[in-house]
Amino acid sequence: MDFVQNFPFISIILSLFSGPLSSVLSGKKAKMVNVAVISIIGVMSAAVLAYVLGSGQEYVYTMGHFPAPWGNEIRVGCLEAFMALFFCVIMLLSMIGGQKEREAEIEKTKQNLYYIMVNLLLSSLLALIYTNDLFTAYVFVEINTISACGLIMIKQNGRTIEAATRYMIMSLLGSGLLLLGICFLYDLTGHLLMSNIQEAVRVLHDTGAYHIPLMVSLGLMSVGLAIKSALYPFHAWLPDAYGYSTLSSAAILSSLVSKGYIFLLIKIFFRVIGFDIVRDSKVINVLFVFGVAGMIMGSVSAIKENNIRRMIAYSSVAQIGYIYMGFGLGTTAGVIASIYHVISHAATKSLLFVAASGITDASAGSTGFFDLTGAGYRNKLAGVAFTVGSLSMVGFPMFSGFISKLLFAQAAVGSTHKMLPTLIALAISTVLNAVYFIKTVIRLYTPLKYVPTENMTHKTDELFTVTMEQQPFKSVALICFILLNLALGLSSEPLIRLIQNGLGMFA
Amino acid sequence: MNLANLLNNYEEAVAMILFGIGFSNLLLQKNLIKKIIGLNIMDTATYLFLALKGYIAGRKAPIVVDGVRSVEAYINPIPSGLVLTGIVVSVSVTALMLSLTIRLYRRYHTLDLDEITTRLKKEGL
Repeated sequence: MDFVQNFPFISIILSLFSGPLSSVLSGKKAKMVNVAVISIIGVMSAAVLAYVLGSGQEYVYTMGHFPAPWGNEIRVGCLEAFMALFFCVIMLLSMIGGQKEREAEIEKTKQNLYYIMVNLLLSSLLALIYTNDLFTAYVFVEINTISACGLIMIKQNGRTIEAATRYMIMSLLGSGLLLLGICFLYDLTGHLLMSNIQEAVRVLHDTGAYHIPLMVSLGLMSVGLAIKSALYPFHAWLPDAYGYSTLSSAAILSSLVSKGYIFLLIKIFFRVIGFDIVRDSKVINVLFVFGVAGMIMGSVSAIKENNIRRMIAYSSVAQIGYIYMGFGLGTTAGVIASIYHVISHAATKSLLFVAASGITDASAGSTGFFDLTGAGYRNKLAGVAFTVGSLSMVGFPMFSGFISKLLFAQAAVGSTHKMLPTLIALAISTVLNAVYFIKTVIRLYTPLKYVPTENMTHKTDELFTVTMEQQPFKSVALICFILLNLALGLSSEPLIRLIQNGLGMFA
Repeated sequence: MNLANLLNNYEEAVAMILFGIGFSNLLLQKNLIKKIIGLNIMDTATYLFLALKGYIAGRKAPIVVDGVRSVEAYINPIPSGLVLTGIVVSVSVTALMLSLTIRLYRRYHTLDLDEITTRLKKEGL
């Protein structure tokens, strides 16, 4: 066995133990440990990715001394390794971009607690990506939930505590359903390892035995994870949680936390149940309907919203809708489009949150829509970054959002019954996206002198220009995010091939 | 036929009814404490279901006593292990929910989540 094969396990353990370590360190040292841990794990994931691509096949890593049907396993394919690398990059950039806000908004004595949460979150995300055992996945889903709750409520005000409570309630409903689904599946198959379950499910499906319990179990797990990743009717907690928590939390929550659950759902579809059985079931139709509803309703709520951060948060609801619509198409092309959208949305949404914070810095700290007038001139980099993010979300060519919309449309053509609703929903949702994002971009580049000032909450002489030198960390993060977006948009071919390969390794 | 199945497996049916009660309490109650109680009922119902599935009539708990090592003597130990893990998880989320409730109560002197939301909207933070 090559030494590289140990890296997934080491990265999970490293981030898991750096959490408790941070609790005895000072805020500053905890931050250094956190940055170091994320970087090391990123490098290790890159090495694992290179190894898997080089060998051309996935490998299974046995945890402990018990072999397959009893012991616990980690399984690594190229999609898993890429996701781990990508999550590390986004997390590192979000942490760098939100550094100033974090130090200002969190009490001095509680700084290190934030890094405990981030480290635990990273370890649970990695475990969700790599694990081959359903019950381990459940446990790490809960760790993910708890640390995400900590990230929301670390900035103490009424709004964040209420948002954290609502988040916990929704998440617990979701994990209750997930746990029940896993118990059903264990009861039916007698296994907890994904590959063993799949063999047993295949037998059950071929003989037709226990068909209804199998479908109930699949439905419970899908709905549970959909609730946890804030699919449309279950999104009530989301705008407050993203809109009022500290900047790094908002960026990490929107781009990573919900994506971890979605990745687990993909694994359940492909590795636990088998995608052809999922396709034959009616569960994906339900996901399709709610996904389409989310695409439209999320955008409508975003248009009505006056607060820029809550607007971006509502846009997340719409984007999650896209991802579930891709699952709902029931084709491999649809799932590839969804995975690409997971990546593109993660890169774009964290960019938008960091850029929006740069814009509000140049608008006397106000998040109101009219207060942002002309902010693109006062903070040039943030203005450009917000424009890039908006264009990407709307689906402008050159940026990553365009590719994911293209993939969705192509996948829709391959599906007979769902082609028309998908294409119509894509068109409507794109127009609605354009309404609120382009409206904001135009507002950013409207000079102050053309606008009546009575709508603004701040006075014009309070405004000042923010240069790149004043916000070195945020500028670095923004430039990296813009480059990442352009890279995803301009050279998507290798990534799409990698996703295809990775899905092939799943089966 | 179906009714007979239900009666034969009445333990599982009870577990599912309890799950439904807990789930709807967690979802629908306004009072935070009642929500937390609902959460615990829901989780416990799942553990009941798991424990039932691991039980084999006439066998003993999977703890080796008096040197009996035969597989035939004990029930399936894995569901018991899962229940233990699940209990740890549900204790920690209950503690977290209770601490959030205390925070909210100190700030707003009410346990009604909807009223807290209305007040937050009035504050217009």
